[in-house]
Amino acid sequence: MTRSPRRSGPALRARSGRPPWPLVLPALAGVAFLVLPLLGLVVRAPWADMGGRVTEPEVLAALWLSLSTATVATALCLVLGVPLAWLLARTEFPGRRLVRALVTVPLVIPPVVGGVALLLVLGRNGLLGRYLDAWFGITIPFTSAAVVLAQVFVAMPFLVISVEGALRGADRRYEEAAATLGAGRVTVFTRVTLPMVLPGIGAGAILCWARALGEFGATITFAGNFPGTTQTMPLAVYMAMQRDPEAAIVLSLVLLLVSLAVLATLRERWVNTA
Amino acid sequence: MRDAPSRLIPALAAAALALTACSAPDAGPGTAGETGSEGPTGELTVFAAASLTDVFEDLAREFEAANPGVEVVFNFAGSSELAAQINSGAPADVFAAANTSTMDQVVEGEGLAPEWAGEHGANGAVFATNTLRIAVPADNPAGIEDLGDLAGEDTAVAFCAEEVPCGAATVTALDAAGLDITPVTYEEDVRAVLTKVELGEVDAGLVYETDVIAAGEAVTGIAFPEADEAVNDYPIALLANAPAPDPAEAWIDFVLSGTGAEALAGAGFGTP
Repeated sequence: MTRSPRRSGPALRARSGRPPWPLVLPALAGVAFLVLPLLGLVVRAPWADMGGRVTEPEVLAALWLSLSTATVATALCLVLGVPLAWLLARTEFPGRRLVRALVTVPLVIPPVVGGVALLLVLGRNGLLGRYLDAWFGITIPFTSAAVVLAQVFVAMPFLVISVEGALRGADRRYEEAAATLGAGRVTVFTRVTLPMVLPGIGAGAILCWARALGEFGATITFAGNFPGTTQTMPLAVYMAMQRDPEAAIVLSLVLLLVSLAVLATLRERWVNTA
Repeated sequence: MRDAPSRLIPALAAAALALTACSAPDAGPGTAGETGSEGPTGELTVFAAASLTDVFEDLAREFEAANPGVEVVFNFAGSSELAAQINSGAPADVFAAANTSTMDQVVEGEGLAPEWAGEHGANGAVFATNTLRIAVPADNPAGIEDLGDLAGEDTAVAFCAEEVPCGAATVTALDAAGLDITPVTYEEDVRAVLTKVELGEVDAGLVYETDVIAAGEAVTGIAFPEADEAVNDYPIALLANAPAPDPAEAWIDFVLSGTGAEALAGAGFGTP
């Protein structure tokens, strides 16, 4: 697989140059494991009629729905998740460890179960949903709003964990210095803490967006599957799989390429401004 | 070099299967038939439509009691998904599908055991039928009485997606009734429709009679005449590359026997 390390001769050259094989081997295996399935998709894709399939109105509708709901979900995650991460990292309150454990629950439970849980709370007969329906005439399931909520549920932990990690790693002396100089806690947060952990927030937001974009189980359970309103790309891929596996491969690649393009652009911008 | 990727794909499919399937089908080579009079032995892998879960598990207990050397391993999923797995080289002995078109996919792909198919049918043997019912929550909030009521303006309805067997049957039944109904959702399988009805998230859904029976008191089933136009046939077949063909054939005979028919009827299936 790889060259065997030299045992004799004038070794010890380039001590800093060549990375050690106990790290390189598993790293290469890791890359292969992640990339090979992708290669499978690329090899099997019917490239000839790719263009025709990509511009089908249903595909475009699903793609647009996916991109827009994932973006709205990420915005919601930022609004709710950054303050939550700050509370977990910077304050002491009873039950904090429990709250941190609860935040990671959506990572552990199968998304389909998450979808059922959302139905039981926000569904037409759900704990809260029944009042939304009775008092305001609002029903959430089977709407694009339900798609966003399902994505927020599964994706927010990624943001909270990243941002909390960044906050814990940040040097608190700057915050303390700002506070001694008379800045209030909100000012310290917005003027000192936030700029310091911005890369962490960016990384968390990207993870969160990517997770939301790929969301399937909670979405199909809570929001259902209707073209144009709740059928996101992952759902369209799943449905295509039942009928025509080649079409499913095409849709998967489209989703993949678009998300890679978006992430690459964001990263570019982000690296340039940082 | 050129076939490396094409050899890779079945391997990847198998890996994906091992990750997704609840019961990893790991059928060893059948040692069946060698002992002659003692009947078949070995492990037998049955890929069966999700709607057969309860009745097949019951039947397997009886079958294993009657054939002490045999162990039945199931992989239950949507028929289209199973057909795709079989055609990717999954080690299955028997395929029991919820409609004839998914069986046809396997006939064209992996293929059936030629000798068995010659005897029982080139596209498998139909062992059960299933009929659509309107499923409504126990309190029937929208007062549904027949298929026409599903077209009501404020009625929330869930259908199966057209891509899966129950969805195809739904389209046939609606065509027969001359109705054009837009649901709030096209669910990925019939159990998902049933869940939405059970939770009261929709006013009605179209599911199979067997699902209504399985749901117990949470759901009421309403028969409608157009369902007779959309009866689903369930074919069963011995696969060409079955690792354990002898116990597999015995299992198929058992499903087609009087005991099998009785159990299927008890679960709400019709007899072909």
